[in-house]
Amino acid sequence: MRRPRWIAVSVLPVALALTIAGCGASGDSGGDAGSGSVDPNGALSAFDTEPQHPLVPGNTVETGGGKVVRALFTGLTRYDPLTAESTNAVADKIETTDSKVYTITLKHGWKFHDGTEVKAKNFVDAWNYTAYSPNGQLAASFFEQVQGYEDVHTSDPDGKDGPQQAPTPVAKEMSGLKVLDDYSFQVTLSSPFSVFAIKLGYSAFFPLPDSFFADPKAFESKPIGNGPFSFVSRKPGTEIKLTRFDGYSGQDKPKFKDLTFKMFQTNEAAYTAVVSGSLDFLDKIPPTGIAGGQYKKDLDKRNGSLPYMGNQALMFPLYDPTYQNVDLRKAISMAINRDEIVNKIFEGTRVAADGWVNPAVPGYAKGQCGEICTFNPAKAKESLDKSGYHGPITLIANADGGHKEWMTAACNSIKNTLGLDCTYQPIPTFGETRTLIDDRKMTGLFRASWIADYPSIENFLSQLYRTNASSNDSTYSSPKFDGLMDQADAAPTVEQANKLYQQAEQVLRDDLPTIPLWNETAQFGWSQRLGDVRLNTQKELDLTTVTVKKK
Amino acid sequence: MGRYVLRRLLQLVPVFVGTTFLIYWLVWSLPGDRFAGKCGEKPCDPTYIAKMTEKFNLDDPLVLQYLKYLGKLLTGDFGENSSEVAIGSLINEAYPNTLRLALVALLIEAVIGLAAGILSGLRGRGFVDSLTLVSTLFLISLPVFVTGFALQILLGYELQWITPTVTDSPAPWGQLIAPGFVLGSLSMAYVARLTRTSIAENRRADYVRTAIAKGQPPRRVVGVHLLRNSAIPVVTYLGTDLGALMGGAIVTEGIFDIKGIGFLVYDGILGKDGATVTGVVSLLVVVYLLANLLVDLLYAVLDPRIRYD
Repeated sequence: MRRPRWIAVSVLPVALALTIAGCGASGDSGGDAGSGSVDPNGALSAFDTEPQHPLVPGNTVETGGGKVVRALFTGLTRYDPLTAESTNAVADKIETTDSKVYTITLKHGWKFHDGTEVKAKNFVDAWNYTAYSPNGQLAASFFEQVQGYEDVHTSDPDGKDGPQQAPTPVAKEMSGLKVLDDYSFQVTLSSPFSVFAIKLGYSAFFPLPDSFFADPKAFESKPIGNGPFSFVSRKPGTEIKLTRFDGYSGQDKPKFKDLTFKMFQTNEAAYTAVVSGSLDFLDKIPPTGIAGGQYKKDLDKRNGSLPYMGNQALMFPLYDPTYQNVDLRKAISMAINRDEIVNKIFEGTRVAADGWVNPAVPGYAKGQCGEICTFNPAKAKESLDKSGYHGPITLIANADGGHKEWMTAACNSIKNTLGLDCTYQPIPTFGETRTLIDDRKMTGLFRASWIADYPSIENFLSQLYRTNASSNDSTYSSPKFDGLMDQADAAPTVEQANKLYQQAEQVLRDDLPTIPLWNETAQFGWSQRLGDVRLNTQKELDLTTVTVKKK
Repeated sequence: MGRYVLRRLLQLVPVFVGTTFLIYWLVWSLPGDRFAGKCGEKPCDPTYIAKMTEKFNLDDPLVLQYLKYLGKLLTGDFGENSSEVAIGSLINEAYPNTLRLALVALLIEAVIGLAAGILSGLRGRGFVDSLTLVSTLFLISLPVFVTGFALQILLGYELQWITPTVTDSPAPWGQLIAPGFVLGSLSMAYVARLTRTSIAENRRADYVRTAIAKGQPPRRVVGVHLLRNSAIPVVTYLGTDLGALMGGAIVTEGIFDIKGIGFLVYDGILGKDGATVTGVVSLLVVVYLLANLLVDLLYAVLDPRIRYD
């Protein structure tokens, strides 16, 4: 079949495109694809979605605001863009002997954008503010391991519909946080937690300047961080402008000057913009671009694909008697032909899962799920016979997220292999789906996708499968799993902890509360003006390496 | 005349209250938890929910919530949306874009639509008439998103005459021509057909025959007598269309990435942001009502037989 001509035209050099279009007047969208000289004061525009909350680190848990906050702030540690290993940033040393008491020493000379120095109390005050429940900060639960958390964070005793109000916390500060001097502080956890230091690079642990505590409202309209970029202006729903902070003390100074996050109404419009050159970087190619590998033609030599710390699974509602039979659960898992769905539906942009942990994350072990996650019709049938189940199977997902195709394919795979009646049941919105999950009213297998907050095997297990954990939507509960997790938490080193976490992961293979499906990869594209583009493990443009070409 | 305008303005009050309440109630009764999906793939922290519930008076009965909202609205405070951004600033940012787009669309549909309608109406059955009828039928049968994507691909990629998406906010006028055409195309077809019918009908009216019999030059007969009387239905249509163009541009705004209020409403509905939706819609209601008032006043100017006292 002949390709439409506009695709071929669209990959012409931007310079030519803009000359013909006659739209280079604004000046910021011109480019010279031929010469590659780097402009150290160049301007770059990157795709973003509108932040859902004010730009305060402790109140930002979603990607839209996260990208901006991570450009504005630098934490104690940062994650290596390629390996996701945690390395020191503001922290000079993080020391512990028992995984319970951590002594953190800061480097001297780090400054906030307003010129004040980053001191130990900026971290301690920020963490206390985030954890204090009347402040209603979304990332409060990241501090739950710190000693004294339950004194500052109280919850409503009878749920949000009950008449009682949450009691005012007895303390304003967590007893586990202690400032030793200007450049060091001590964190005591309520019980040992071996991977605590890995969490410190997450945005909830960023420091806040003194001016924040004086007037949080003013801070929200003009955030002040200590990161490589400082805040310039914001047009809600349109753009957020940042510029390079020349007093930045980190090793990873950006190689360009102005950074603009642009919001688009649709992913498709953003794609059009990056193809035509009016947007420089897009971290999410829309399905229309993925289909048939279209984006590789439209964005020739300026596209990439990278696995990131996210995975997709089907979760069982273990409160429903139908799915309490483990043989049935195994039968369904072995009846899904993951490779075929990955290739036919996702055009190879997913990687079939072999366990519950994403390969991009430190602590991952190969083949943890083994044959249970491998398509095997004979064994699947055998397992089904053992369970003695003959009823229908339902797969549920929100209809507003583009899940219909793979859900239907998975259903067909189950139907053809097991001979059971399988239906895909869409629920109109993500919000309604979430409500049914939270109220424990799911009547079939539902979609569960997870993107790690910090790169550790622990993040893929603890919050999802521990008894009563915050995202344990299947209501899975296993004393054996909990026990191994506790042991791992208490391990003296991260290496030993990871071994124990991997043993806990093996418990999931026996109990199968969820069916791992595939790991996600991100497809991204950029304009002709950029060089050295790469995506970091957090699925964001690596701002430390990217360069902008001279006009 | 003054009393008429005053009476009409007073009528705005109950209509305004009624529509805003209706919208507020509808958004409020959307199914699903309004905090679901606001905190990524996990349920929101209860303390966050408690803070927001208090901030937006979500525990109050609907009527009380609405009255508190209306009270603030009357002082010019649109409140904040669930991202804690002032809705006033959102509207301020979005309104110029939509207004510009609507004006460009209105201009295109009025100029091209009227010209085509007058020409074909005066000539009667012939080539121009058939051309107008066929081309307008073509435009009417095309959904806006087809016209939008077709023009974006043809003019943006194939010919490269326009930038495929609007790059700035407020949107530069030049970049709004193609989106304005897309948005106005459907109405343009209706304006052309309305004008054509109206002219063809009035051409045989008594007063036109009288004017011709009195020996007036054809230019004056058509330009003053015929056009003025034929314009009444067209002006009615254009007036109401201005309101529709402003609120109903979601598709066009989405294709060309114009940051207008259409998308603001759409996003507000999806996010169950009652305050955003109600704020924008109240503004739209005012625009609609004022445009209608203006149309009614124009009747009197166009047709001396109409009197308002």
